[in-house]
Amino acid sequence: MATHAGGLSTGTSAVRVRDLHRSFNKAGGVLNGLDLDIARGEFVALIGRSGSGKSTLLRAMAGLDRDVAGHGSVRVPRQVSVVFQDSRLLPWRRVLENVTFGMRGRAAAEKGRQALAEVGLEGRERAWPHELSGGEQQRAALARSLVREPELLLADEPFGALDALTRIRMHVLLRRLCEAHRPAVLLVTHDVDEAIVLADRVIVLDDGVVRSDIRIDLTGRRSQADPRFAALRTRLLAELGVEDDHDTSLAETYGKKAAS
Amino acid sequence: MTTVQERATVAPRRGDRVDERVVRRRLGPGKRIPFGFWIGPVLLVGLWALASATGALDPRTMSEPWTVVSTARDLIESGRLQENLVTSAVRAGLGLALGVAAGTALAVVSGLSRVGESVVDGPVQIKRSIPSLALIPLLILWLGIGEEMKVITIALGVAVPIYIHTHNGLRTIEHKYGELAETIGIGRTAFVRAVVLPGAMPGFLLGLRFAVNAALLSLVVVEQLNATSGIGHMITLASNYGQTDVIVVGLVVYAALGLLADGAVRIIERKALTWRRTLEG
Repeated sequence: MATHAGGLSTGTSAVRVRDLHRSFNKAGGVLNGLDLDIARGEFVALIGRSGSGKSTLLRAMAGLDRDVAGHGSVRVPRQVSVVFQDSRLLPWRRVLENVTFGMRGRAAAEKGRQALAEVGLEGRERAWPHELSGGEQQRAALARSLVREPELLLADEPFGALDALTRIRMHVLLRRLCEAHRPAVLLVTHDVDEAIVLADRVIVLDDGVVRSDIRIDLTGRRSQADPRFAALRTRLLAELGVEDDHDTSLAETYGKKAAS
Repeated sequence: MTTVQERATVAPRRGDRVDERVVRRRLGPGKRIPFGFWIGPVLLVGLWALASATGALDPRTMSEPWTVVSTARDLIESGRLQENLVTSAVRAGLGLALGVAAGTALAVVSGLSRVGESVVDGPVQIKRSIPSLALIPLLILWLGIGEEMKVITIALGVAVPIYIHTHNGLRTIEHKYGELAETIGIGRTAFVRAVVLPGAMPGFLLGLRFAVNAALLSLVVVEQLNATSGIGHMITLASNYGQTDVIVVGLVVYAALGLLADGAVRIIERKALTWRRTLEG
């Protein structure tokens, strides 16, 4: 497995966010002066509690926040692809037509076919989106993103709606695809394990700023059995304000109850 | 599309000790009768024939079925029926085409831009509350009693359901598809072609089915106003002479037109919404 060199090998960054502010109302900002750099080909996972501004940041980078008040600078590459939590396949287009949606030229169909083969959907080109399972739909959505050869891939909880087994398969697939195409990636997720398995760096967002920025130095296969994996997990959960150990937290809860 | 499930294979035999469960009594309507649709109409025609044959039904009130059949044959042989049918079909077709074009164009203008909606939607909603047929006196004053008035009346009746349903179809296209198109970076024209029009298609086709009915309704009315040709004219004339057989032939033709048009829309629906059919079943 290729090592994730991340930003170390490249001098210029793919993404540069400086002093980004965004707010939906006057009461308080969602993003409060956020700074973020992502190197070319680097895989960054963004975690944080609900309302910490993860999606707002992603939408700002995708250019989907026209109506949101704020200031600050965001620099992203020209070719950006977005993967949403739902596959967003147009139900009236067959799978291949969805993958090549918006692409021109005769080469488009051939590229689309290759992308579908890459995500393991060979032979399903003529299927309607409804005929695919949830995991297959999301794979088609991945193919649609990658066929455009993005320099930056923005993924907003792309596996959030999938079952646990499908999710594991998608992790393997996404890692393989990213190693082959080397886009910079920003993955928004709720799932700490997912972040550790996939990312070169995990960024914890809190109250609209980067609370911590943790490099994942696991080499080789990333296994939850690895003690370093467990250590990272505990640390990230602590950053999110969650106790990792169920037994401990249960004991504490009951202990407190007994005491009171 | 019956939802009642048959379980003939597990029906118990009397005295069968293995199968001791209680087989439930069926409360639903049960199995579909083959060709069940036709039983009622055939019964009605039979009753009609019986009443005519026994003299219970006065021929002046209603002609005998066989008279109607022979009248139809005469009308076809003389070419009168075909001639009137073509006139009526052309009228209805022209009005339908005009109304569909106008309704769709208005719906797209009002569905795609807020300015368009502000300008178009109000007048159409107001027009909607006035039955098209109520406008006939005004249309006669403006356009006379010729073909223009007839076609325009039909078109007005058609445009409203097309507009309402297409507009609704456009507005209920999920916002997320628009967002996707934005991130993919396609232009407005491509967006309309790839997302808006196919997304509004189910609404449009529903509108089309209502529109076909509206066209026929308007056709019947305008053809009884000073018409000199058409199925409606034939019926009006027959009414003056007390020819119930001709009236019945005319009504049968109207029914056939209606069924044919509805069938045509269903076929279009099936072709255009393949992606949806797989979803449904």
